[in-house]
This record gives sequence, C-alpha cells and structure tokens, in this order.
Amino acid sequence: MEFGAVFSHRDQTVNAVVAEIEKKITKAFEVFDRESNKTVDVREIGCIIRSLGCFPNEAEVQELLDQVNIEVEDPSGFVHLDKFLPVMTKVLLDERFQPIPEDVLLHAFESLKGYLLRQNVILCCFSGEPFTQEEMEDMLNVAVDPETNILHYRDYLPKLVID
Amino acid sequence: HGCSCCSLQNQSFFQAAILIQKWYRFTMARLEMRRRYSLSIFQSIEYADEQDQLQLSNFFTFMLDHCTHPDSGKDKNKSNVEILFEKPDVRKIDVPDSYYGPRLSFPLTAEDANALLHAFRNEQLLHARYVLQLLSETRRVLKEMPNITHLSTSYSKEITVCGDLHGNLDDLLLIFYKNGLPSEQNRYVFNGDFVDRGKNSMEILIILFAFLLIYPNDLHLNRGNHEDYIMNLRYGFTKEVSKKYKDHWKQILCLLRDVFSWLPLATIIDSKVLILHGGISDTTDLDFLNALERNKVRDRTDHTAVKTQHNPPSGSAEPSGSNSPPDPALEEWKQILDILWSDPRSQNGCTPNKCRGGGCYFGPDVTAKLFARYNLKMLIRSHEFKPEGYEISHDGKVITIFSASNYYEEGSNRGAYIKLNPELTPRFVQYQVSKFTRRKNLRERVGTIESAALKSLREKIYAHRSELTSAFAQYDTNGTGRISVNDWAEAMESVLQLELPWRMLRPQLVQMNPDGEVDFMSCFYDLKMGQPTKEAQPALAETLCRYRKDLEIIFNIIDKDHSGLISFEEFSQTWRLFTSHLGIEVEDDSIDKLVLSIDYNKDGHIDFNEFLEAFHVVHRLEKKPGSSQCC
Repeated sequence: MEFGAVFSHRDQTVNAVVAEIEKKITKAFEVFDRESNKTVDVREIGCIIRSLGCFPNEAEVQELLDQVNIEVEDPSGFVHLDKFLPVMTKVLLDERFQPIPEDVLLHAFESLKGYLLRQNVILCCFSGEPFTQEEMEDMLNVAVDPETNILHYRDYLPKLVID
Repeated sequence: HGCSCCSLQNQSFFQAAILIQKWYRFTMARLEMRRRYSLSIFQSIEYADEQDQLQLSNFFTFMLDHCTHPDSGKDKNKSNVEILFEKPDVRKIDVPDSYYGPRLSFPLTAEDANALLHAFRNEQLLHARYVLQLLSETRRVLKEMPNITHLSTSYSKEITVCGDLHGNLDDLLLIFYKNGLPSEQNRYVFNGDFVDRGKNSMEILIILFAFLLIYPNDLHLNRGNHEDYIMNLRYGFTKEVSKKYKDHWKQILCLLRDVFSWLPLATIIDSKVLILHGGISDTTDLDFLNALERNKVRDRTDHTAVKTQHNPPSGSAEPSGSNSPPDPALEEWKQILDILWSDPRSQNGCTPNKCRGGGCYFGPDVTAKLFARYNLKMLIRSHEFKPEGYEISHDGKVITIFSASNYYEEGSNRGAYIKLNPELTPRFVQYQVSKFTRRKNLRERVGTIESAALKSLREKIYAHRSELTSAFAQYDTNGTGRISVNDWAEAMESVLQLELPWRMLRPQLVQMNPDGEVDFMSCFYDLKMGQPTKEAQPALAETLCRYRKDLEIIFNIIDKDHSGLISFEEFSQTWRLFTSHLGIEVEDDSIDKLVLSIDYNKDGHIDFNEFLEAFHVVHRLEKKPGSSQCC
C-alpha cells in the first residue's frame, strides 16, 4: 500500500471525527446562546463543558477559560464560540476529564462515613472547591433526611448518577 | 474538641469532597441543559405557531367577509361577518333569579370589584348581561383616552408595572395579595397580553376593566399583541369565551374586538420612562403614534396591504415592489405593529423579526437614538417569556417584565412586577404560583417541564409524519431504515424548522442501534391518532391533525345555532377553501371519503367536535388520553 494513501485515509477519518466533535460542541453551545449570536455568558461555560460529558473540577474549568483568554473577574463577560471551539475540541479529542465511575463515587462517600451528619455535610460543602449557598441548600434539601439529619449516601448516589 | 477539626486537615476528606462536588456539578449541568432545551422547545413551537397564524388569519378574514350563507330563519342578505358582529341589545338579556354571581350596578364601586374578586376566586362566572354592560362602559371610557397616557409620580409613592398575564388569574390574585388592590394610592400599569393561553382570560379582563372604570386615573392598560381577535382565535381566548358563554359569546367577542382596538398604545411616566408592550423600531415616532387613530388597527392583518401579501413589511423596509406614494394608513399600521411585536437584541441595528412575523429586532443603538430624541431614561416592555420574570438589557436601559408564572408548564418560570419610585429606580418582585404545598426540588421541576415540552414536540413530529418520512428516505439510499445521527438531525430541522438541539434531544425522540445509527421510523412508534381511520391519504389526516384547533374555531363560527352540527356541504366547502388558502393539495373527494370512513354523518350533518376528536394525537404510553390546555 502506498505510504501516501495510508496517510490520506487516516486524515479523512480524523477530519470526519473532528467535524463531528465540532458539531456536537457547537450544538451544545447554541442551547446556552440566548440571542443566537455565537456568544454565551462566561458563567455558563462550566455547564456547557459538563453537558458534553466531561467531569472537570472548578479549577480545571478555570484553566480552560484561561486558555480561551477571558477575564473572569468581569461577571458580565461573554465567550465567543470561535474561541471556545478549538479549546473544547482538543479536550474531547484528548479525552480529558473522563467520567468518574460510580464505585469511585461510592468509595468517596464511604470514606466520609461517620461524618455525614448534616453539619458535617455542610463542612464538606465548604471544603474542597466550596459550594455556593444555592448548591449547598440544594444538596441539603435533596440528600439529607430532615428527620434524622443524616445523609444516606446509598439513597443519594442514584440521584446523582441517573439522568 | 471535635474530631471534625482534625479531619479537615485530612487529605482524603478533601479528595472525597472534591469528587462528590465534581459529580454534583456534573449532574446539575445536565439538569440545566435539560431545562434549557425544554424551554427552547416550548418557545420555538410557540413562535412557529404564531407564524402559521398569519397565513390562517388571512383565511379567517376572507371566509368571514366573503361567505354569504343561506340560513333558515335569519336574514338571507346578511353576510356571516354581519351576523357574527351584530350589536348586542343588552336589555333583552335576562338575568335569572337562580344566578348567584355578582350583580353589577353602574357606575361601579369598590364593592363591585370586591364582589367580582370573590366570585372569581370561587370559580363563578359573571353573567353575560353584566359582561356586555361592562364592556360597553369600558369602551366608552377608553375612547376618551389618548393613544399615549402620561403619568407623574409626584403625588403617589410607587407605581407598579405588570407584564403579560395570559389568562393566569392566580398570578393576578397573587399580585393583588402581595401588592394591594388598585386605588388612588396604589397605581398600576398593565402592559398588555391579558388574554390567551391561560384559562381565565375573561375573568382577568373583567377585573382589570372594572378597576379601570372605578379608578380611571390610577389603573392604566396598554394594548398587547394578543389583544387582537385573530390571535384569540388561535390561542384559546375565543374558545374560552365560547365555552363559558354559550349563548352570547359572539356578541361578547364582537364588543371585545372594539374594546381592544381602543386600548391605549403606551404609557409614559414623568416623561422619562416609556412603557409599551413589544418594543421599538428605528422608525418609531412617538408624536405620530400619539396622533393616529388607534382604533382603526383592530388586528394584525387589518390592512389591505397585508391581505394581498403573505408577509408583512419589516420595521424599516418599504413594501417590496411598491412605486405608489407612501400610504399613510400603511405607515400607521406599521408603527403600531412595531410597538406591539418587536424584541430587543444585543446586536446593533434594526432587522425584521423573522421569528414572530411582525415588528423587528432592535439593538442598543436604536434604543439610544430613541432616548436621545425624546429625552427618555428607560423602556419597560413585556412580550417575551423570561425564566426569572424579568430581564434587563441594553445596558440597563430596557427592562422586560413578564408576569405569567408557570407560563409553559408548572415550574417553567417565575413571574415578576416592577415597583417604580419617584426617583424612577425599579425594584423587582418575583413570585411563582404553585399547586403543591411542598416545593418541588429542581429535579422534579425539570422532569415536569421536560415531559410537557417533549410531548408537544412529539405531537408536532407526528403531525408532519409524511414530510419527515420522505426527508429521511432521501438520506437512506440503501433502504435500511437507518441513517446517521447527523443526517437525522438535518432532516428534522429541514422539515420542522424549529432550530432545536436535535442531537441533545435524540435519546428522547428516537431509537439508535449499537452501530450508532438512528432507526428513523421509531419516532412515530408511541404516537397514534385518536381514532383509527381508514385513511385515504395520510397527508390529509396529518393536515387535519396540525390544524385541528383552528378548524374547531372555524366550524364554531359557521355553526350559528350552536348545535354542534354543520351540514355536509358547509363542511366540504369550508374545507376546500381552507386547503386552497394554505396551498395544500388534496384530491377533490378526499375529504368526502374521509368523512364517510369515519361515519359521523347524522342526517346530512356532521358533528364537527367528534370529527375533529379523531385527529387528536394520543400518546400510547399515557394513562389518560391527552388532556389539552384551554387552547
């Protein structure tokens, strides 16, 4: 087989894959693009990245934003699709931020066992990459049993994991 | 001291916390995505329907104006439109002793208003006689008002501005509960779209008009794009009135058509804050608007130029191919259309509003220009659904206020109103009516909205089955019944034109095989028509499905004695006109065959409600056959 032919066939496949990924990213972006002008609020970027199946933590989202070159201090900043697309395409091609398997999540809860009283859940929320007030309230409402004040993680886990 | 202190230093605790937070944020993002695309679905379908409406409205008007109709016992020389719009003689309407609802006496007082509120909370109806009297009085009072009302904050504390209510009585009652009833000390501006979609449009109008009569200087109404009888035909208000007032609905609607045309167009507070329903265009001229005869524009199609075209001219373009001198009536119609239909956008410029089929999209530059010209500080408008009940745009200059909570579905959005103080600083109050005493959590709310949105979408898909099937077939060159996701998405968009994220929605709509290909016919599996029919033409059945609600209204108009029956001939003739107007090709006798196959003939007459019921889309997996909204 000709060397040249092998390369051109592989290029074609790679191009097709890249095109498909770019389309997927563009469509996810459009859901958040309120005015159909190819920009989204910078605060939605984390959401978009995650809805594409990635599991970054907040620091990693920030790192991506830095790559896109946006001033995050300005909360009314907008991100343009043209800048976001190449960065995100590479993320998906490199398969970064892969999903965490359920059993790993279960281990995480189990390592906290004994600390899952309501007040310690709050501590947990403020540890790591601290939750906002809203995130914490939502977790407490859904995850913590109001009568016992305990987070039963085996009951909560399916709620996190099932779409 | 507690161990928890030490564990905070514990590395594994930290790691576990991060992991859980990662998962949590991931799940939340997915929920947010589902919520967004559900709202997108609702909005796209709503706007697409509004576009269809334009074509249909030409048909309605044509039919009403040109169908003369032999009818026993009535004046054979009167056309349908004259019969439809006969002036009511209220004195002939008796109120029976068995009626325990409010009995209004004019001039109205605060007691009458309270009686009305009390009655409506208890789901009573106001008797038709009082409705007609109220509407007559309202018309008389509105006629005296200028097109643009000027208010000043000098002697009252705050003015409250409310946006679209769309027949949601619960929202109006909630606003009055939180904010107090209208009075000299508590002034209100209601910014249009009081009716359609919700199930208490009539009651909202009655309450607002009653307060208008009692406090004409303190309760102000602006006209919205739904205060238009053509819109009402499609979006539920006409149907609501016809069901609640079986004997007098046509008279009521006739009078309402007039009342709507007399509603003022805008309100200006302290010469600085402009309040109107839709928006502005780059040609908006407030002086011109103030001087024109507003009641001449009764509905969106009310201009001869429109009746001969399919699409109305945009906010800033001349009618195509026109060499005639500028028509003042056309200019009036255009100016009104712009302020009732336009939407703000963040891009500069003024472009035709293709989504709505009327008005334009106006940018911050257009706003700035208008403000400079008239020395304004703020524009308050409504017209667009907002999840939080309000939104600020154009750098703080434009506020959208939307007061119908749960507009698309329980949990879809909050409503809000604005409190304007004498410094003209706006304060927003949000609320959401809820049927449930326990507040649903986010997952449950998103689940509810999502099912409702997908249900609407599936119905639309079913109603376009033939077109979709042929679009799919074009990609399926080998006849395998499967195509790529990409091709499937393109086919869906080309037929339905809703600009939806089809790839995201795919798992909910259609099945995919392990090779990653879409089994395209599977999107029709769980849907069927209400009544199995031996369809001669599937495309015909789909058309009936798509326009079922419109046909219902048309038949109700023809059915003068409200028997629920129209003659076979009337039915055929109407159907022929309808399809020719929409440019749909059907075989000459196809509808006759269809009617015969359903076998709903009763002595040469058709029970059209039963007939149409057969074209109601049923979701196989639902326990109850589809319960539709008021519309």
